[in-house]
Amino acid sequence: MNNMISGKAYVLGNDVDTDQIIPAEHLVYNMDEPEERRLYGMYALSGVPPQKSGLPKGNIPFVPKNSDKSIYKIIIAGKNFGCGSSREHAPAALSIAGVQAVVALSYARIFYRNTVDGGFLIPFESKDSLFNKIRTGDEITIRQDMYILKNITTEKSYNLKSLGEVAGIVETGGLFLYAKRKNLISK
Amino acid sequence: MTITEKILAKHANTSHVNPGENIWIDVDVLMTHDVCGPPTIGIFKKQFGENAKVWDSQKIVIIPDHYIFTKDKHAHRNVQILREFVQEQGLPYFYNPGTEQYKGVCHVALAEEGFNLPGSVLFGTDSHTCTAGAFGMFGTGIGNTDAAFVMGTGKLWIKVPETMKFIIEGELPPYLMAKDIILKIINDIGVDGATYKAMEFDGEGIFSLNMEERMTLCNMVIEAGGKNGIIQADEKTIKYVKARTDREFEIYQNDSDATFESIHIFQAHKIEPMVAKPYLPSNGVPAKTLKDIQLDQCYIGSCTGGKITDFIAAARILNNQQVKVKTIVVPATREVDAKFDSETIHGKTLRKIFTDAGVELGPPSCAACLGGPPDTFGRLNSDEICISTTNRNFHGRMGSKKSQTYLASPYTVAASAITGNITDPREYLEK
Repeated sequence: MNNMISGKAYVLGNDVDTDQIIPAEHLVYNMDEPEERRLYGMYALSGVPPQKSGLPKGNIPFVPKNSDKSIYKIIIAGKNFGCGSSREHAPAALSIAGVQAVVALSYARIFYRNTVDGGFLIPFESKDSLFNKIRTGDEITIRQDMYILKNITTEKSYNLKSLGEVAGIVETGGLFLYAKRKNLISK
Repeated sequence: MTITEKILAKHANTSHVNPGENIWIDVDVLMTHDVCGPPTIGIFKKQFGENAKVWDSQKIVIIPDHYIFTKDKHAHRNVQILREFVQEQGLPYFYNPGTEQYKGVCHVALAEEGFNLPGSVLFGTDSHTCTAGAFGMFGTGIGNTDAAFVMGTGKLWIKVPETMKFIIEGELPPYLMAKDIILKIINDIGVDGATYKAMEFDGEGIFSLNMEERMTLCNMVIEAGGKNGIIQADEKTIKYVKARTDREFEIYQNDSDATFESIHIFQAHKIEPMVAKPYLPSNGVPAKTLKDIQLDQCYIGSCTGGKITDFIAAARILNNQQVKVKTIVVPATREVDAKFDSETIHGKTLRKIFTDAGVELGPPSCAACLGGPPDTFGRLNSDEICISTTNRNFHGRMGSKKSQTYLASPYTVAASAITGNITDPREYLEK
């Protein structure tokens, strides 16, 4: 696992649900067809209400118009991130848009599990709520081995929680790679 | 151990499990549908090989239900992917749209087809798979990667949840439905109040409910973050299951020394008809406090509020009335739809009651519960305000980001359809 994740932060609030992460009308695209797959990046976070898109100011598009890549690599959010549907298209859409890590106060269970088992990105939990301390566009680095998030823009550092029991799956890159390494399924 | 712990221990081939423990369990049924089936199949083939066979063709149930009655080309292509996979793998349990086998909403179809068996383990690629807990079994939603893993191995790792117990004491008053109870509970504990936990329902009020109402309760545990809902199987459960299948099942009870994370007690007569305001299911308030909310649409349908019990409730209120705003009725399944012609109130069929009242009826599917493609029946395409028997009122959940959804019981939605404003159903039921 690459030890450092660096990039700009995109900040969201509490209870960001999967309908906000990828609205249901877009779930028809085929992940295995490149032209359709990129649409997940294009519509990632398109269901977030404009005033809550890119806090604290809001009205900041996550993905530029007609693009499928975001300039933001790290999402900062409050509690219960990814609540609602079991759609794995949600962490997939964030990953396709270029997100490498989410740092939330807490996660909804199925989203967290999908993120880990699908190996899409790393779901860190912060010890304190960070969405009111970090601003959209701030430059962030995450030291993964130390579980420390540093805001380069403000020069402040914050502790993250250990990944705990799922660290093994996160490090190998998902459930299938983990199961193959552990000889739970044949290689 | 609790019921949930006992089911998981049995499926892990061990005598005892503790909450918080990660275990591998054997799966009895894997269910998928048209939205998550195709990507699950994609991952299955990528990981196990193009020619791989599923672990057990008798244990995979494919129920297309989300985007069926739409012109969307991608949606049709996705159902076609399911058809080809079913053919290739020889899967007997496929409910093919456009044929006599088509059913409708998966969670209701699973029960109708006898797949919900006390003591069993069901994983489904849909968050409302927790509905099945009404049958004293373990059911929960998973993503495509996990589903592909189950498809190939019949196993999945799972963390044993702690159990929260919710006891509804006393008889239910005649105006109260399971939807009111669960909206009250979610309002109490919050949208993440049961994250990682099992929610067990108990008490006189619960066991007086029929199976469909118990399904409504368990259906919405995910709206509090719950992993699974569970109600101990009783005579009603056995009767329902035996009428639908010869498959064997096992009934589990809590041990006398079972440990609960918390116990929450409610007096049934103190719970009022509840409405959850936009944009979270936890925003519940008594319906009577929202009289000033003017509606553009009323919606009765979905896995939560589209069963025959829900429509009988709505019809009791709509009989000999006229709706004042656009009102949509979508039966969950074809079986529910057929009962519109056999169930009667004062000699009138449900279909006639709805038609006479000015309601628009759609074909069985998930329809507008989750918005879906723009041509979906009943979808909110602008800034409409809707009251609905469905399960989620998130931003844009039923279509346009500008729309607003209020969640309520079928009684409350039907009463509101008559007045055009959010209405406490007691005004109509007590007449």
